[in-house]
Amino acid sequence: MTMEKTPVTDFATDFDHTDPAWVADPYPIWEDLRQRCPVAHTERYGGAWFPATHAGVTQIAKDTENFTSRTVIMNDGRPDELALPSPIGVAPPITSDPPFHQIARKLILPAFSPGAINPLEPQVRALCGTLLDRVAGGDVVEASWEYARLIPPSVIRQMLGFPEADTDVFIDIVHTVTESVDLPMDERIAAFEPIEEYFVAQIEDHQANPRDDLTTFLLNAEIDGQKLAVEHVFGTMILILVAGIDTTWSAIGSSLWHLARNPSDLERLVNEPGLMPIAIEEFLRFYAPVTMARLVKHDMEYLGVAMKEYDWILLGFPAANRDPAAFADADRFIIDRAENRHVAFGLGIHRCAGSNLARLELRVALEEFIARYPRFALADPDQVTWSQGQIRGPRRLPIRVG
Amino acid sequence: MRVVIDADLCQGQGRCFSIAPSVFGFDELGSGVVLVTGELGEGELELARLAEANCPEHAVEVRE
Ligand code: HEM
Repeated sequence: MTMEKTPVTDFATDFDHTDPAWVADPYPIWEDLRQRCPVAHTERYGGAWFPATHAGVTQIAKDTENFTSRTVIMNDGRPDELALPSPIGVAPPITSDPPFHQIARKLILPAFSPGAINPLEPQVRALCGTLLDRVAGGDVVEASWEYARLIPPSVIRQMLGFPEADTDVFIDIVHTVTESVDLPMDERIAAFEPIEEYFVAQIEDHQANPRDDLTTFLLNAEIDGQKLAVEHVFGTMILILVAGIDTTWSAIGSSLWHLARNPSDLERLVNEPGLMPIAIEEFLRFYAPVTMARLVKHDMEYLGVAMKEYDWILLGFPAANRDPAAFADADRFIIDRAENRHVAFGLGIHRCAGSNLARLELRVALEEFIARYPRFALADPDQVTWSQGQIRGPRRLPIRVG
Repeated sequence: MRVVIDADLCQGQGRCFSIAPSVFGFDELGSGVVLVTGELGEGELELARLAEANCPEHAVEVRE
C-alpha cells in the first residue's frame, strides 16, 4: 500500500511518522517538538496527537480511562472497521482494555517470566553461533538481514514447538504477518489464509501430541475453567509474532549499528563483558524501537489540547527516552549509565510481556557477535536502510569485519 | 533500612531482579519480589537503591 504523501514542513502541526525526515533521523524533530509544543498534532490519519515528553507519554500510557488500546497501529481506518468480536479482539492482550486485558495478559505471563525464559539461553546462543557460521568468510557481514533478522523468528519457532525443518517457511510467514499490520482488513484477511492453515495444522498436531512447549501451554490455558478457543490460541500466536519479531530484530540491529560507529564503546564491551546487562539498557533507551498507538475515547481537554473522540495518540516511548527532563544528558549514549528508568518496553498494564525474552536475545546476539568479531565498522554508511513505521531499526546493515 | 515493592505499581519490568539478584527475585508471572525482607546489609542497601533508581514504574522504595 503506497500512497503519495505530501512532505511534512512543520511537524508540530502536520506530523507524519512515515515522513522521510522522521524515518531518517527523528531525534532532532522530537527535541524541537518538546521545546515548542510539546504535544504535536496532525490532520493526517484522520487526526492524531504526539506527546513528545516523558511526562506526556507516561500519563497517557497509564490512563486506560480516557484512552483505548483497541488499535495500536496508527492507520487511516478507525476501529469500527477493524474490530473483531469481543472478548477475543484482534490480538489480546495488546488490543484489550481493562478488565479483560488482565485476564488475557495473566494467561501468557508465566510463559514469558524469567523462570521460563532464562533456561533458553544456551539454545539462543547456539542459534546465534550457527547464524554467524553461515555468514562467515567474507570481509563484510550483512548484520541486519542475515543475522539480527533471523534470530527472533527462530527462537519463537522453537518456543512454539514447530518443526525445525519448517524454519524457512516459518520466517516467510512471519514476514507476511509483520508486513500486513497496516494493510486494509480485507487484504490482511486474504494474506492470512495460508498462515492460518499452517498454524491450525500445528495446533491440531499439538492437540494430538501434547509436549512441553508454548503451543501446548496455550492449549492447556484456561479462562474461568474453560480451555481457550482455537481462534484465541491462534490470535495469541499471531500477536507474539507481530510483537516479538521486528521489535527484537530492530533492537539488535540498532545496537550493532551503534557499535559499528563507536569503536570506544565496542572496545569497552569486549574488555568488560560484565558491563553488558547495563549497556543493554542504554541501547534500549537510546534506540528504543517501539512506538505504540492509542485512540481517544471521548472529546476532552488533555495535556492542554482539545482531543476528539477517535483521535489517535502516537505513543512515543522512544521520544520519552530522549527527554532531558527525565534523563541527564538525554542525547548522549552513556554505555554505563547507572540510573536509567527507560520506557522502551512501555509503562503500566501493557508493559511488554516479552521483555525478558527480548533482553535475553539482545544480550546473547551482541555477546556472540562481539566474541566472533571484536573489531568491526560500517562497511558503507550509504547502504544502511531504516524501517518505516512504528518499529524503528536498520533493515540493511553491511558491516566490515575483516 | 529496608526495601519494599509496591505490588500495585510493579508491572514486571524486571529491572530490580537483574540489577540486584541478591535482594530481589521474581514470581511465576515475572513480577518483582523482595528476598531480603528485613534490614538490608551494606552492599544490599547500595544495590537496592540502584534498583529503586532504575524502576520505570517507581515501584521500588528504600525506606527506614
Ligand atoms: C526489544 C524488543 C521489544 C520491545 C522494545 C518491545 C516493546 C513493547 C512495548 C513498548 C509494548 C507496550 C505496548 C503498549 O503499551 O501498547 C509491548 C507489548 C507487548 N510485547 Fe513487546 N517488545 C519487544 C519484544 C517482544 C517480544 C520478544 C515479545 C514476545 C515474544 C513481545 C511481546 C509483547 C506482548 C505480548 C505485548 C502486549 C502486552 C500487553 O498488552 O499486556 N515483545 N512491547
